[in-house]
Amino acid sequence: MGIADNYSRGRRLLVERPGQALAAVVGVLLVLALFADLAAKLGSGALGVGDVVLLAWRGVVNGLVIGLAGVGLSMTYSILNFANFAHGDYITGGAFVGWAVAWLVAGLGEYDIGSLLSLGLGADVYAPQLGTSIFGAPLALLLGLVAAGVGAIAIALLIDKLVYEPMRGQDGIALLIASIGVAFILRYLIVFVWGTSVTSVADEAGGLRPTVGGVTFSFGYHELTLVVCAVVLMVGVHVLLQRTKLGKAMRAMSDNQDLARVTGIPTERVIKWTWIIGAGLAGVAGYLLILEAGTIAYSRGWILLLLIFAAVILGGIGSVYGAIFGGLVIGLADSMSIIWIPSDFTKAAAFALMILILLFRPSGLFAGRTTA
Amino acid sequence: MSVRDYLDRLTGTGRADTDAGAPGDGAAGTDLGIVVGLMLAVYVVFVAIGVVLGYDTNGIVNALSQVTFLTAVYALVVLALNLHWGYTGLFNIGVAGFMAVGTYTMAMATAAPDARVPGLGLPIWAGIALGMAAAAVIGLVAALPALRLRADYLAIVTIALAEIIRLTYLSSAVQTFTVFGTQLGTGGGSGIGIEADPDTVVVEFLASVPGLNVLFDAFGSVLSGMGVQQSVINNWYYAFVLLVVVVAYYWLLQRIGHSPFGRVLKSIREDEDVARALGKNTRLFKIKSFMVGCSLMGLAGILWFGSYGFINPNTFLPQVTFFVWIALIIGGAGSNTGGVVGAAMFAAVLFELPRYLASIAGDTGGLPSAPPTFARAVGALFDLEPLAFVAYGIDNIGPLRLVLVGVVLIVLMQRRPEGLLGHRKETAASIGLSRPNRSRETTDATAATDGGEEQ
Repeated sequence: MGIADNYSRGRRLLVERPGQALAAVVGVLLVLALFADLAAKLGSGALGVGDVVLLAWRGVVNGLVIGLAGVGLSMTYSILNFANFAHGDYITGGAFVGWAVAWLVAGLGEYDIGSLLSLGLGADVYAPQLGTSIFGAPLALLLGLVAAGVGAIAIALLIDKLVYEPMRGQDGIALLIASIGVAFILRYLIVFVWGTSVTSVADEAGGLRPTVGGVTFSFGYHELTLVVCAVVLMVGVHVLLQRTKLGKAMRAMSDNQDLARVTGIPTERVIKWTWIIGAGLAGVAGYLLILEAGTIAYSRGWILLLLIFAAVILGGIGSVYGAIFGGLVIGLADSMSIIWIPSDFTKAAAFALMILILLFRPSGLFAGRTTA
Repeated sequence: MSVRDYLDRLTGTGRADTDAGAPGDGAAGTDLGIVVGLMLAVYVVFVAIGVVLGYDTNGIVNALSQVTFLTAVYALVVLALNLHWGYTGLFNIGVAGFMAVGTYTMAMATAAPDARVPGLGLPIWAGIALGMAAAAVIGLVAALPALRLRADYLAIVTIALAEIIRLTYLSSAVQTFTVFGTQLGTGGGSGIGIEADPDTVVVEFLASVPGLNVLFDAFGSVLSGMGVQQSVINNWYYAFVLLVVVVAYYWLLQRIGHSPFGRVLKSIREDEDVARALGKNTRLFKIKSFMVGCSLMGLAGILWFGSYGFINPNTFLPQVTFFVWIALIIGGAGSNTGGVVGAAMFAAVLFELPRYLASIAGDTGGLPSAPPTFARAVGALFDLEPLAFVAYGIDNIGPLRLVLVGVVLIVLMQRRPEGLLGHRKETAASIGLSRPNRSRETTDATAATDGGEEQ
């Protein structure tokens, strides 16, 4: 594309959509102003380089969790054509199943099975006794990771069978409302079994503390584990969707379901695979989130859900890369906006960002690149 | 065969059919019957359960007042939401946020200037007016850009906005602040007290009205003679007042729904492009409908949460919105009577009945003590002690009740997405389609000229 093309495209944008062009200009100016302010704060010593790196690192870690969970939400949104409000509870469900298995494996033979599966709710066994860190019980944690994925997949497939399959023909709003019902059922069954308390399930693992140029950085081992797992899974999803027929079938279905069916794509099987990939990633994301945070609670996934929606919308619904990119942006915005605004408003800032994207660019930043 | 005959045969109605087709008119009698019958049935069930299981009179009367209160406040919000979703097709899941704006504004306006959280010290009616206005303004702010979005995007925007509102009230930055030299505050996470709470004010006002106070005294002495505490009697007074407000809401929304304005709203719900093609400025209609609904939600929030005398941001969690939605869906979107029925079904059957049963079971005893964890309860099952498991379930009736709510919602969406009373025949034409009688014809003619009016 030549400069002339670019120029005429820009001109057309200015003429046809002055509002959007103005919003874009304001957005760019705002980002520049924020960076100038950041530079000034760094220069005046109000903020250290180490602090900024720490915030950015926290943003990346949270962003990867959001992105990983967002891939599934984005896929179901574009293929089944509804906003799944139960997605956050698939995350929580996977996390609880995964951690129950991790505790069971870590403490089998030494402690009562019921106490282990209750995740210490009866106050008779604690995380430090089991040593549930990646060094203390690597095998238990690995099995827990697998169980989290498998558990979330089982939940999602069962719910698809019972709830969504009989409703295939209905519109997105009906499915959305049904998904709110699913969210209630999952969340409060979890409360029924594990209660509402915030319990500590992962043991401390420490971290790397390199010093570069007189500034000490801190990277927790559990955070690093999360980053490695998330990146590996994202690459895996990329390969799966790009190199296999399944990926092509998914893209076809998100474009036009009826057309996909008449060309011989087994749509029901593709839907099952969508749930398997999406819920599996959600469960693993929940498990890793708990590993990194240390504590588990029934509302963890639900609280994260709006941020995941923000990420998915930012990246463009249906776009897997968009979800990952959106997750990173939302994660960074959530953690780094504390530099400029009071900490009470960081989440509100992320939601506001989502609302602005919905208003000015509802197709997202990666518009038109569905499920790729 | 005339068209009239054909229609009669199609709908199976004879010529003697008295329903002139003027919407709402013919059905009004049966609608009232449905609601009153349902409420009476609920009361009978609660009293029967209480008497059979040997619950004391005060407990039963208290439970009934709770049911009435919850039914009334849910009915208020559901009716307001029905204007958004049932009539205009606006998928608003930020109801809790709009209620928060109304209630908080009222609380901040009426709080005394020297209270823990300082306020403007205005009288309650000014607080209520300000609260409704503030909710309408926030509704306008949300509506201006968002109403052109797809339904599911509007849903996400409204729920995000509700969370932004809640997080703002939660923030310590606005715990107390100063505007034009006046100290104001939201109280942040520790909440704000409402000294002039609606139920105290309303009950005190009614007790001071000559004539009414005699009635009140008679009612109170009968109940207290049955061993009912004064606080429960006061709850009943407030519940009665709320029922009157429900009737007012119902009347207002019926009027809106059947006015030319309401017909345009319904046409937007069915097909916005058609409404636009007919020359209606649908954007303006949607904004008006949204603002009216939001201010009604604000008032409902004041009457509901304001009556507790204390609010904090976590009073307005998103699940409040979902409860209201479930009540609307049970009753049937698009039907005001359905909204009231749904509110009663939700508040009485899904919300209060399980709690009532559990509290009776807890009071009357006979069950072993509940195991501390689910795993222990399952262990008790293996030890052939099913009663211990039941006791665990009763101890945790709160979450189980919400699981039931989810199941009901899903079954409804699968089997009966139009709800109990939704999708009833609603004549869109301003003139009746069945044979009109003489007196009706004149009123219909005026309605027709209204309908042709430029909007």
